[in-house]
Amino acid sequence: MNPDRPRPLLKGKRVLLLFYEASTRTRSSFEIAAKMMGAHTILIQATGSSIEKGESLLDTGYTVRAVGADVIVIRHPNAGAPQLMAQHIDVPVINAGDGMHAHPSQALLDAYTILRNKKSFKGLQVAIVGDILHSRVARSSCHLLSKFGVKMILCGPQELVPEIAATLAPGIRVTRHVEDALRGTDVVMLLRVQKERLSGLKIDLPEYIARYQMTPARLRMAKKDAVVMHPGPIIRGLELTSEIADGGQSRILEEVHNGVPTRMAILARAVGRMR
Amino acid sequence: MKEKTTSVSSLLIKGGHLIDPAARVDAPMDVLLKDGRVAEVAPPNKIRGAADEKFDARGLMVAPGFIDLHVHLREPGQGHKETIATGTAAAAAGGFTSVCTMPNTAPVVDSAEWVEWIRQPERGALVNVFPIAAATRSSKGVTLTDFASLQRAGAIAVTDDGKPILDDAIMREALVLGGELNFPVVQHAEDTRMTENCSMHAGARSFRLGLRGMAAAAEASVVERDVQLAMQIPNARLHVAHVSTADALKGVRRGKRAKARVTCEATPHHFTLTDEDMRDYDSNYKMNPPLRAASDLEAILVALADGTVDAIATDHAPHALHEKQMEFERAAFGITGLETALGLAITKLHREKRIPLVRVVELFTAGPARCFDLRGRGSLARASVADVTIFDPKKKWKFEVATSLSKSRNTPFDGWQLQGKVVATIVGGRIVHSA
Repeated sequence: MNPDRPRPLLKGKRVLLLFYEASTRTRSSFEIAAKMMGAHTILIQATGSSIEKGESLLDTGYTVRAVGADVIVIRHPNAGAPQLMAQHIDVPVINAGDGMHAHPSQALLDAYTILRNKKSFKGLQVAIVGDILHSRVARSSCHLLSKFGVKMILCGPQELVPEIAATLAPGIRVTRHVEDALRGTDVVMLLRVQKERLSGLKIDLPEYIARYQMTPARLRMAKKDAVVMHPGPIIRGLELTSEIADGGQSRILEEVHNGVPTRMAILARAVGRMR
Repeated sequence: MKEKTTSVSSLLIKGGHLIDPAARVDAPMDVLLKDGRVAEVAPPNKIRGAADEKFDARGLMVAPGFIDLHVHLREPGQGHKETIATGTAAAAAGGFTSVCTMPNTAPVVDSAEWVEWIRQPERGALVNVFPIAAATRSSKGVTLTDFASLQRAGAIAVTDDGKPILDDAIMREALVLGGELNFPVVQHAEDTRMTENCSMHAGARSFRLGLRGMAAAAEASVVERDVQLAMQIPNARLHVAHVSTADALKGVRRGKRAKARVTCEATPHHFTLTDEDMRDYDSNYKMNPPLRAASDLEAILVALADGTVDAIATDHAPHALHEKQMEFERAAFGITGLETALGLAITKLHREKRIPLVRVVELFTAGPARCFDLRGRGSLARASVADVTIFDPKKKWKFEVATSLSKSRNTPFDGWQLQGKVVATIVGGRIVHSA
């Protein structure tokens, strides 16, 4: 989908953005994607709606359906919330991120970004460095990329990258050493330490920075033409330095940019007239 | 499923096969019940004299009335989930003649008054109800309740079930006092410091689903500590509720080998399902302790067969639809279980794992009766209480939750094909359920 020459595939459709959790990139790019294809968008956030008054997830779903939603885009802090919605509401439900479980539209836009920078997925090695445990992006990317035979390396301390992470999909390896993760790697994906999800877990941040922060020196261990990605929000000085964030190998803003056409495609496939 | 309440002073159960593990009987026997007691047990056609009524048990198994050590009947205060009347109707349909109720109600059953309230005839119980009282005030884990007065009021044990008795000193005090009064302390073994915000077992599946997992060690560490205490404290009686992990069973075994008074129960769902069975964030697979790994399930099967586990208990935990039909992490813990227990036990333990039927029956009768000293129950020896469960171990049937007598519908077993069905449930000589 070319965002510069949009087609009105969603003309007259009502796209309901149901956001139970804070979001900048995902929300704005779904909204822009929908509007560019001619849809009406309605944003409902947890604060300032009946959700605050204790309305259940399903009742909110039935209500927005009754209002006339043609598709529901949902972001929720609980894993599985979009699935529950989809089981009971008879319009397409798009998962815009649920708890620590999945963030499929992010994985798709990341895959799209990789394809715009690399010839194909064939033989590719992708290292994800950071807080895998709490990351729905990491889980979705592992599922998607491993389906195309991408070799995945997950890297971080035990507390954030448990061994069990290797069972997510075939072809995944876990390592504690960033050098090991970077050697021969084509794509370096960085993740933020999700302080809001630590739930009592203690992480020694100076230690984390010392061992895992992406710096120009470390990035040189990856392939020469390696690209750096990050689903955002980035925390400069923590998982990466400004030199990396703003450097020539960074594709972080390209990812954000690619979010719009990717989400246009998702919406068009869900409710577009082209079907 | 219809219900029939017949009041007779004598009832002859004729032509059945009696399994009474406590009396070491596994043979065709007729059983005469009279005035609420077992009057005579004899080989076929040897009982002389008239009975007011006869029950034709040809082709059926006759067993002591089943005892469930762990049910949540939700009264006082949570009648929207279950009442003592509806819960005991479901118990009768499941073949249980006695159930032990958990105190985590609203308010918590931590006083003699509430224990007595549960036992009042106005509650409409269809089977015997034995209250288990709270071990600490409001089950807050801080101050012990008055064990002696609770015991006098009719409580058969104490527990803070739903929560553990976590504090070392309080658990020690509870076991000391329980030991003096010959009062079992029932532990919900979970180190809640390790399970905050968790909604299923910690394993590959919880990682994949993005759900925080309860480590098996959170159960085993509490069992380990409790067994140590039970070994040190004279006469202490520890009963470990719903054991779900291989490591916790090791702790129980250690205690039993040391001749400590340690008993435990396991649930049908823990010997039937694993964490891998949950699909689509179905909250009917959410309970505490959670469904565990396949290796834990295997360990429970071994422990059921070798005697480490004393009783099958359902942990029947009814919840209203709106408390379950929500985000998995926010949904209530617990599933119903009274009506599926026998079918699952015969299907999974006897048919699939070849555990002898006598042992399965023991786990529903003599085993639980011993755990809480339910005198006169768990056996059909002469002069025992006339509580009888009659079942067909070969009968194949489909459990349909729509027909459940419980007020709630939260079960993962809806539509399951099971083998082994209750035919009649007799409490104090009265038929309270017949299929």
